[in-house]
Amino acid sequence: MKRKKRIKTIIMSSLTGLVVISFAFPFVWMLLASFKTQAQIMSPDEFLIFKPTGQNYVNVFNEYDFMKFIINSFIVAAGSTLGSLILGLPAAYAIARHRLQGLGLVILVARIIPGITFLIPWFIIFSQLGLVDSYLSLILSHMLVGLPFIIWVMISFFEGLPTEIEEAGLIDGCTPTQVFLRIVLPISGPGIITSSLLSFIFSWNNFMFSIILAGDKTKTLPVAVFNFMSYSEINWGALMASACVITLPVLIIALLAQRFIVSGLAAGAVKG
Amino acid sequence: MRTNWFDRNQKWIYTMPAVLFVLLMMVFPILYTFRISFYEWSMSSTTPPKWVGFDNYIALLSDARFWVTVKQTFIFTFGALIVQTVLGVAIAVLLHREFFGKNLVKTIFLLPMVATPVAMGLVWLLIYEPSIGAANTLLKMIGLSPQLWIASPSQVMPSLILMDVWMWTPMISLIVMAGLATLPTEPYEAADVDGASTWQKFWYVTLPLLRPTIIVAVMLRLIDVLKTFDIIYATTQGGPNMKSETLNIYGYTLGFQYFKLGMASTLLVIFFAIVMALTLLMIYVRKRLEVAS
Repeated sequence: MKRKKRIKTIIMSSLTGLVVISFAFPFVWMLLASFKTQAQIMSPDEFLIFKPTGQNYVNVFNEYDFMKFIINSFIVAAGSTLGSLILGLPAAYAIARHRLQGLGLVILVARIIPGITFLIPWFIIFSQLGLVDSYLSLILSHMLVGLPFIIWVMISFFEGLPTEIEEAGLIDGCTPTQVFLRIVLPISGPGIITSSLLSFIFSWNNFMFSIILAGDKTKTLPVAVFNFMSYSEINWGALMASACVITLPVLIIALLAQRFIVSGLAAGAVKG
Repeated sequence: MRTNWFDRNQKWIYTMPAVLFVLLMMVFPILYTFRISFYEWSMSSTTPPKWVGFDNYIALLSDARFWVTVKQTFIFTFGALIVQTVLGVAIAVLLHREFFGKNLVKTIFLLPMVATPVAMGLVWLLIYEPSIGAANTLLKMIGLSPQLWIASPSQVMPSLILMDVWMWTPMISLIVMAGLATLPTEPYEAADVDGASTWQKFWYVTLPLLRPTIIVAVMLRLIDVLKTFDIIYATTQGGPNMKSETLNIYGYTLGFQYFKLGMASTLLVIFFAIVMALTLLMIYVRKRLEVAS
């Protein structure tokens, strides 16, 4: 009996190890290749043990002006997250407190509709307004992902807050607006952090809207990395270096805020 | 209590900006897309849109490429969905125990789904590279002959499905693990008394109890897999030989490469209808199952 249990533990541990290796492998591969020369990538003998070079990173920043793309991505991600918070927090609060289920449903539909359905009209309208290749059009389009998400997460967060605190505030002479700004928002930190981080990541990763609406001035990282690939011959080392640069901030956020992100991604599921 | 006009109308004032945004950026574009689907226009400023009635719809529905795209969209969606659900549940059950480094494993699991899809697409492009990629190195190690992966018309779909499975199986696992943590212990004690095996406990106790959680996870994934764009466009752009072209990619190609805005809009209207219909179907199935259990 005891032996059987030990065998079971060994099998379970090996399977777990296999799962971890399979899911981590592409990241390890990306990281290793980003420090290799083209010749080292070509040779399977130098898979793990090789003489690392930083040349790929130097090339990416010197030849392709990656700093500009990083700044563009950051402006758009921060802008769209901020905009979504400003519009989303009051809306989520009102939906939660006044039980405006119909509106909540509309927000959910926004998550279902294929984003590409909006792209043609946006492209036509933004072109006519001269807004293609502007931060404004990128921020507005990225808010379409961020806003529904923030409202969705914050509705369940606000619903979970005890109403007694707000009632006490009202009795003490606060107006409902003051209750929201001075009592509800300060204690909503965890919810706001979760939803903002994910909204930031969604925007940072967005490719479909940016590839149409961004131009030379406002090109974001995913578009830059994609264009980088389409240049004649593929320089794998530099390509992997650029993939590392674009992924790193997201991975750092994910590692630091792991707990928040799991609950944020599962928010839709738990609520059902 | 002091109340002014602003506070009395709180719920409308608070929701108004978000509602306006949704109307302007969502409802209006959808109606606009619907309208252009009855026109022929290539965004030229000299030739205005020309009303063609249902011509775009007729042309699209008799276009063989469109039907191939529909078929491929369904193959990709259901292929990826089935594999990641089965694998996701299995991994969740595997990880649902205390062991050294559990938090680290959960962190690693989070990475594929938050990492930038375009970048991950490029990494997989290198993995699938026939001469230097890791995929063929692995095949050679276990004594199989190297394959063309995404460069082969017949293997491109399974290869893309594998990428999506890698990215999103963790999401199903994490949701199911959250579900496992809330399961009651009594049914397991009863099963132990009845002398059930580990497999029987999984099949007759765990799975039925998890059904609502799994259905929600599948529903969330279904909506997103149907709309997959980034990893396909970044790696194959629908090729080779259009063998990985899904509705999303074809719509994009029609609109932004051929500039057939009317035809592209027609396709998007149909795509929109398919996504909505499948979502409503899932909601209906979920309701039925809830009533049945």
